[in-house]
Amino acid sequence: MEPILELAGLSKVYPGGLKALDDVDLTIRKGEIFALLGPNGAGKTTLIGAVCGLVRPSAGTITAFGHDMARDWRRARSRIGLVPQELSTDMFEPVERAVSYSRGLFGLAPDKARIEEILRSLSLWEKRDERIMALSGGMKRRVLIAKALAHEPDLLFLDEPTAGVDVELRKGMWAVIDSMRERGVTIILTTHYLEEAEMMADRVGIINRGKLLMVDEKDAMMARLGRTEAHITLARPLDMIPPAIAKFPVELEADGASLCYRGGDGTGKGKAEVAELTKALIGSGIDFTGIETRESSLEDIFVSLLGEEGGAA
Amino acid sequence: MISWRSTWSIYTRELMRFLRTAFQSVLAPVLTTSLYFIVFGAAIGGRMPDLGGVDYGAFIIPGLLMLTLLGETTSNSSFGIYMPRFTGTIYELLSAPVGVAETLLGFVGAAMTKSLLLAAIILVTARLFVDYSIAHPVLAVLYIMLVASAFSLFGFILGIWADNFEKLGIIPMLFLTPLTFLGGTFYSIDMLPKPWDTIALANPIVYLVSGLRWTFYGSSDVDIGVSFAITLGFLAFCVAVIAYIFRTGWRLRA
Repeated sequence: MEPILELAGLSKVYPGGLKALDDVDLTIRKGEIFALLGPNGAGKTTLIGAVCGLVRPSAGTITAFGHDMARDWRRARSRIGLVPQELSTDMFEPVERAVSYSRGLFGLAPDKARIEEILRSLSLWEKRDERIMALSGGMKRRVLIAKALAHEPDLLFLDEPTAGVDVELRKGMWAVIDSMRERGVTIILTTHYLEEAEMMADRVGIINRGKLLMVDEKDAMMARLGRTEAHITLARPLDMIPPAIAKFPVELEADGASLCYRGGDGTGKGKAEVAELTKALIGSGIDFTGIETRESSLEDIFVSLLGEEGGAA
Repeated sequence: MISWRSTWSIYTRELMRFLRTAFQSVLAPVLTTSLYFIVFGAAIGGRMPDLGGVDYGAFIIPGLLMLTLLGETTSNSSFGIYMPRFTGTIYELLSAPVGVAETLLGFVGAAMTKSLLLAAIILVTARLFVDYSIAHPVLAVLYIMLVASAFSLFGFILGIWADNFEKLGIIPMLFLTPLTFLGGTFYSIDMLPKPWDTIALANPIVYLVSGLRWTFYGSSDVDIGVSFAITLGFLAFCVAVIAYIFRTGWRLRA
């Protein structure tokens, strides 16, 4: 797919010496939702800031829509929208005027119909004359999204779009993001809600201490690093693994009272193996009273990757 | 290439911000000017001799105008850029395809507009107390615009330099206002004993007040050419500082 944003060797060292970005290479494809995951202070917001003009990179290049951001920043920025993490906007301004201002700031002619369309899509039309300060937290965040969409960007950055938002509103926000994708907007979102990335993203990047540890298709990452875990509670404890099930990746736990399977690859292979394992147990006359299985989440992968990196450091 | 739509958006939004507090913004200078005229014009002015052939009440008009102009222009402009930095809304400006030209024309243009409105209000208010006429009205307007633009730029620099509200207020309060009071607002520096009349010339505000007074009455403490040159020099200095700020991103971009 056509690249829309390319970062090459991007680094940022803050005056105090903190290396917020360390030689980051990343390509974003047109039309995708890319989730950038990382703990607090990993470099997610710095990366967004570098692309959007809030942070001056120490080294490296940023190319957006084929324009070098250092030289041809006007043309590149005109196609990029940003929804910041903080609820930063003029709270005294009415909603519609705030969104219209954003459109004008990006050099576009006033377009009431377009503003209405954006406000309606975000369920803000009824609130158009209200001051932003009078809105709920979720609505304020929608206003920020509306402002970012006012100049019809092709690439949208959402920095922690659901931070501090309750579960119901978060699901509403996911629907909004999904509708933006349907309109062809490329979206880069940062989050530390892994469930969010799992639900929304086409590709996932994991960043920690300014280094991009891994970038992959979400499904491929799950397949490559995903695992199935099954705990089988035995009717009678075992002293050792019986030969009939020795070929499976199993081990005894709780003094032989339960059998634990850890295997598979996130594609469903694990579940099939667990089914075979239970058949083998029955065939060998080993009785069991319960089975509990779970697939590893993106969160498990994330924790494991950060753990490996911590160990390597 | 400069985006006029972006410039207009910034400019009109800043004016809207001014209009939100229009009552206070208009009433405060009217009240202050009236008080000055009551105290210095009516109470004290009646006992003062004419200065350079100008009635004392009329003599202080350019000084009072300059006093309000410098204070209001500087604080309007500094608040204009400081508040987005303080609240975080500056992200929108920094991520938009706007450069130094649009930002300055928008913020500084709005601060200038507000100041010119205030100048007009003060002149109208003064007319209620004192009879005066302006000898060089075109030059007076040009000079007011020049001073307003220079101090709007100065305020813009202050708004970027300040990292708290104390710093934002310290320059106008502790430097600008005292220097304006000592800059010949209420007296001619000829009235000062030696060597204070010479020392007073080290105060840059003397040249501004004097310049405006010349456009009003055709005579002043210092040559009008010097006043224009100093104002233009200050304007050029501010432009250079702002160019540096935008080139390096100082206090704007991390």
